[in-house]
Amino acid sequence: MIVNQKKMQDLADNMLNAEEVQGRSLWADAAGRFMHNKAAVGGVITLLLIVIFTLVGPAFAQWSNEEIDWTVIGQVKTLGAPSIENGHYFGTDDLGRDLYSRVIQGTTISLMVGIIGSLVAVIVGTLYGAIAGYVGGRVDNVMMRLVDIFMSIPYMFVLILLLVIFGRSINMLFVGIGLVSWFDMSRIVRGQTLSIKNKEFIEAAIAAGVSNFTIIMRHIVPNLIGIVIVYASLLVPGFILTESFISFLGLGVQEPLTSWGALISEGAKTLQYGTLWQIGFPLFFFVITLFSMFFIGDGLRDALDPKDR
Amino acid sequence: MSIFILKRLLTAIPTLLILIVISFILMHSAPGGPFTSERALPPQVEANINAKYGLDKPLHEQIYIYVKSIVLDFDFGPSFRYKDRSVNDLISDGFPVTLTYGSISALVAVLFGVTLGVIAALNHNTWKDYTALSFTFTAQVLPNFVMAPLLVLLFTLYLGWLPGGGWEGGKPQYIIMPVIALSTSYMATIARITRSSMLEVMNSNFIRTAKAKGLPYPRIVFKHALKPALLPVLSYMGPAMVGLITGSVVIDMYFSTGGIGVLFVNGALNRDYSTIMGITILVGTLTVLLNLLVDILYAWIDPKIRY
Amino acid sequence: MKAFQKTLAATLVSSAVLIVGCSSDEEATTQTTAAPEEKSGPVHPVTGETLAADQTFTYWALDEHSSLDPQIMEDTAGSDHARQLFEGLLNQDEDGNLVPGVAESYTTNEDKTIYTFNLREDAKWSNGDPVTAGDFVYAWRRAVNPETASPYSWYMEIMNIKNGAEIIAGEAPVDSLGVEAVDDYTFQVELTQSLPYFPMMVNHSTVFPVHPATVEEHGSDWTKPENMVSNGAYKLTEHVVNERVEMERNEMYWNNDDTIIEKVVTIVVPDENQGLIRWKAGEFDRGPVPSGQFKSLKEEFGDQAVSAPRLCNYYYTFNLSESGPEAFQDVRVRKALAYALDRSVITENILQAGQENAYTFTPSKTAGFVMPEVDWAGWTQEERDAKAKELLAEAGYGEDNPLQFDLLYNTSEGHKQIATAMSQMWKSKLGVEATLNNMEWKTFLTERGEQNFELARGAWCGDYNEASTFLDLVRSGSGYNDGKYNNAEVDSLMEAAKTSANPNEQYTAVEQQLAEDMPIIPIYFYTTNFMLDDSVKGWPYNNIEQNWYVRNLYKVAE
Repeated sequence: MIVNQKKMQDLADNMLNAEEVQGRSLWADAAGRFMHNKAAVGGVITLLLIVIFTLVGPAFAQWSNEEIDWTVIGQVKTLGAPSIENGHYFGTDDLGRDLYSRVIQGTTISLMVGIIGSLVAVIVGTLYGAIAGYVGGRVDNVMMRLVDIFMSIPYMFVLILLLVIFGRSINMLFVGIGLVSWFDMSRIVRGQTLSIKNKEFIEAAIAAGVSNFTIIMRHIVPNLIGIVIVYASLLVPGFILTESFISFLGLGVQEPLTSWGALISEGAKTLQYGTLWQIGFPLFFFVITLFSMFFIGDGLRDALDPKDR
Repeated sequence: MSIFILKRLLTAIPTLLILIVISFILMHSAPGGPFTSERALPPQVEANINAKYGLDKPLHEQIYIYVKSIVLDFDFGPSFRYKDRSVNDLISDGFPVTLTYGSISALVAVLFGVTLGVIAALNHNTWKDYTALSFTFTAQVLPNFVMAPLLVLLFTLYLGWLPGGGWEGGKPQYIIMPVIALSTSYMATIARITRSSMLEVMNSNFIRTAKAKGLPYPRIVFKHALKPALLPVLSYMGPAMVGLITGSVVIDMYFSTGGIGVLFVNGALNRDYSTIMGITILVGTLTVLLNLLVDILYAWIDPKIRY
Repeated sequence: MKAFQKTLAATLVSSAVLIVGCSSDEEATTQTTAAPEEKSGPVHPVTGETLAADQTFTYWALDEHSSLDPQIMEDTAGSDHARQLFEGLLNQDEDGNLVPGVAESYTTNEDKTIYTFNLREDAKWSNGDPVTAGDFVYAWRRAVNPETASPYSWYMEIMNIKNGAEIIAGEAPVDSLGVEAVDDYTFQVELTQSLPYFPMMVNHSTVFPVHPATVEEHGSDWTKPENMVSNGAYKLTEHVVNERVEMERNEMYWNNDDTIIEKVVTIVVPDENQGLIRWKAGEFDRGPVPSGQFKSLKEEFGDQAVSAPRLCNYYYTFNLSESGPEAFQDVRVRKALAYALDRSVITENILQAGQENAYTFTPSKTAGFVMPEVDWAGWTQEERDAKAKELLAEAGYGEDNPLQFDLLYNTSEGHKQIATAMSQMWKSKLGVEATLNNMEWKTFLTERGEQNFELARGAWCGDYNEASTFLDLVRSGSGYNDGKYNNAEVDSLMEAAKTSANPNEQYTAVEQQLAEDMPIIPIYFYTTNFMLDDSVKGWPYNNIEQNWYVRNLYKVAE
C-alpha cells in the first residue's frame, strides 16, 4: 500500500510537471488565438487609446477641471457649446466648467473603479465560489448562506458607517465597491463548480490523491475562466455606476472631482433642454470603453477555452 | 431530495435571524434617526416620540420585541416615515405591484435573452452573432435609468401613446414601459451568458460525439446542449430574480408605480427603521428561497450534482 | 420644515443616468393640456369666464407626505393636503391676509392673553356632524399629548398656550391645556403671555380640528380613505402610498356652493425632470420647474412658468463652537468670506428664477419686517471684494498662509452648484482653499448637529409669516443654532420682541448685530417656482407662504 501511494504521488507529480510544460504552450496558443480575434484586438487598442488620452489630453486643456468660466455661466445653452475658440473643446457643464478637462479626470476615476471592482470580483468571487462548490456539504451551505445574508443587508448603512468611521477618501470608494462586487460572481462560480467537479478529470485527480487546494487551483479554476471573464466584463458598467451612489452618500468622489457616473447623470438631467454635449461626450467614452471591455472579454473567453481548438 | 429541501428550509431560520440582527445593528449605528430633522426637536418632544415607537429601549430588547411580534403576530410594526401606515400595509400594497412588473420583466428577459444567446452561439462569428452581440452590448450600456426617461420622452411626450406613469391597479398601458425599462439590461446579460456557455457546451466532447453519431442538429441543440448551457444562466437568475421582484427604485421613481423599490430607498434615506427591516426580511427570505429553487433546478439539469 | 430633503431621493436615482442620442426638439413638443373630451361648461359666477367641463385639478408632488393626520404631519406636502381636507379657525386669502375659517371672528382681552373665537354654526364634518369648539379642544390637546408624540408639538409651545410646555414634558395632565369650549361655538385660548402674531399661527395644520369620534374609533387608521371624516372643502377618496392621493368635493362643506373644482389629484413623481416632461405632456395642471430651468421655460411657456417669492432663506453657518476651526473665531475672516461672495452670480446665473440676494437672515418679504440698514448690503461688489481682501490680510491670511477649511452640504445638484461657485469665488478672489464635502441628508444633519463641520449649509422656511420664525434660530438656545452662535445681546432682544408693541425694532437690532458678528453667511431668499397650466385660474401668486386652497381655483375652457 505504501509503495502504491508513493507511486501514485509520483505519478501525480509527473502529471503536474507535464501540465506545467504544456501550460506554457497553452498560454502561447491562447495569445495567438487572441491576436487573431480582430474585435478583441480592436478593443485593446481602443482601451489603450483612452488611457493615452487621459495621460496626454491634459496637456492640451485650456481650462482646469474646476475653474468656472464666468463668461459662460448662466448662458451655457448658447455660449457653453463645444468650441475651439474659447478652449472648451467638449463644451461646458451647467456651471460653466470645462467638460474636456472634466471628462479626462472622470475617466481616470471611473476606469480605476471598473478595474478594481472586476479584480475583486474575479479573485474573491472565483475563489469563494470554487471552494464552496468543490468542498460542498456543510461548508457550502454555510458559505452560501453567508452570501445570502451579505446580499440582503441594507448596503447603504455599511457605506455610511464606513464614512463615519474612516472618513472620506478615494480609497474608501474602492473598499465600498470591493465589498459588494464579488457576491454574484461567487454564486455563478459555485454553480459551475458543482457541475465541473463531477467530471472525469477531476475524479481522476482525486483518485491520484491530488490535494483539494491543488485541484481547485489547477483543475477547477482554469475551467471556469470562460464564464468568469465574460461575467466580469458584464459587471463593469454596474461598478462604474455604483460609484455615483457611493459618492452620493458622501464616501466617494467629491466635487470638484468627478466621474463618468456623475457627468452622465448631470448630462441626462438636461436632456430635454438641448445641451446635448453634456451627456454626449461622457457617454461616448463610457460606451466605447465598455464595448472594448466586452470584446476583450469575449476574445479572452474564446482564446482561453481549453476545448476550443 | 425532500430531506435536502427540508434541511435547507430549516437553515433559513438562523440565516434570517442573523440577517435581522446584523441589519438592526447597522441601521441603528448609522448617524441620524427617523426623527432627525432640519430643526432639532426639543428633547421632551423627542423623548415622547421615542417612547411611542419603543426607541427608548436598549437595542437588544428592541430586537427581541421586534422578532417576537413578527413570530407571534406577523406584525412588522408601524412605519416611521409613512405614519398613517403599518409596514404590513405598505408591503402588502407595494409588493404586488413590484411582483407584477418584476415577474413579467423576468419572463421577458429570460425568453428573449436565451433565444438571442442561442442564436448568437450557433452562428458563432457570423453576421447573426455580431448583430445579436451589438444589440446586447447596446442594451447593456443603456441601463434602466436611461431607458426610463427616454421611453417617457418618446411614448408620452412625442407620440402621446402611453401614460407617463402611475399604476392604476396594473392596467396594461401602465405596465409596458416599466417592463421594457427593467428587462432590457437583464435580457442583455442573460443573452451574453447564454452565448458564452452555449459555445462552451457545443465544443464539449459529448456534443462532438453526438454530432459524430449523426444525430439531427436541432435535437443536439435542444435535447443535449441547451440544458447544460443554461446552468450559468440559472446561477445568474437566482440573485437577479430577487433584484427583479423586490423592485427597482428607478422604475418606481420614474414611472411613479409605488412599488417597494422606492419604499426601501425612501425608508433608508429617512431612517424608517421598521420599513427597512420589513423589506430586508422580505428580500432575505426571497433570496434564500430562490437560491434553494436554483439548487433544485441544478440537480434537475445535471443529475450528477450532489450537495 | 423638511422642504429641502425632498430632492435627495431624486438625486439618488439620477445620480447615474445616461442617455444615447435623443434629439429633444423643444419647439415640436409644446403640447399643453387639452383633454379631447373637454367641452365648454357653465360660466364662472363672478368673472363670467366659461368654465371647463372637466374640473379636475391634478398636481405633481416630489415626495409622499408623511401623514394626513393634521397633528402628526410635518412636511409641506402634508400641509398642502391638509388645507384641502381640513379647515382651521382662520384661513388666508390670496395675498396671505387672515380671513375667517371655521371661526367667523375673534376677540381678545386687554393684555392679549385670552383669545375667544366665535365659530360659525353651519360648519359641518363630511359625515354631517357639526364642527364644534369641542372638536378644536380635542385636536389641540391631542397635539400636545405625549402619547400622540407629534413631531410638531413644539409648535404649541411657541404659541405660548398655557401649560403647553408642561404637558409635553409630562409634568401636567393633558386636560390642563389652556383651551376651552365655552359653548359649542365659542372656543377660548389662554396664553402664558401675549404674542403679537398669535392669530397668524392658527392657520397651521397642527391646530386644525379633527373629528373625535373617528379618531377614537379607528386609531392610527383613521386617515385611510374609507375612515376619514374631514371638515374641509374636499374629502379623501383614494390614497396609494408613493403613487397618488385623490380628493373629491365635500358636499357638507359650509361654503360648498362656491367650490368649482370637483376633484383634486396629487401624483408623486420623485424626479423633477420627469415631472416636467409629464406636465408638458399634459398629465398635470401644476408641475415642477427644475433648478436652473426657469428662464428658458419662461421663454417657451410664458406666464405658465411661475415664480413667486417664498418665505425661506439659504445660508451657510460657521462653526463657532470649540470644535470649529480657529480661523472662524476671527470676525474678520467671517466677514471677508461673506463679503467676497458675488450673490448675483448665484441668483442670476445659477438659480435663474428670480431669487433675491440675501444680506440679512430674515427674508425681505416677511410681513411687517422692514429691511434694516446693514452697511455691506449697500456696497457694490467691488467694494465688498476690496474690503474682504483687506480684512483677510489683516487677519493674517495670504498667499504664503492660505486660509483652508471644509465646506459641508447635503447631496443635491443645486447645493453642489452653489457650493462649487462659492469655493471658486473665494479661490479666485481671496486665494482661500475650501474643500467641498457632501453627505446624504441624515448623516449631514447629524454631523452638523454635533458640530462636526467647519462651514455648513443651512436653510429655513418660516412656519408663520413673522420675522421671529427666522430670528429665533440665532438665539443661543435654539434647536437649530448648529453654529453655536452665542450673543447675550441677541438673546435679550429676542426675548424683548415677544412682548414688544413694535417688535420690528428688536428685529432690526438683531439683524444689525448679525451683520456685525457674521455668524452666518446669508446667500439668497427663495422663490416658489412651478409650471401652472393656463386654464387654471385663481392661483394666489402673492401669498408668500404659498398657502393655496383648491376651492379658490377654477379651470376655464380653452
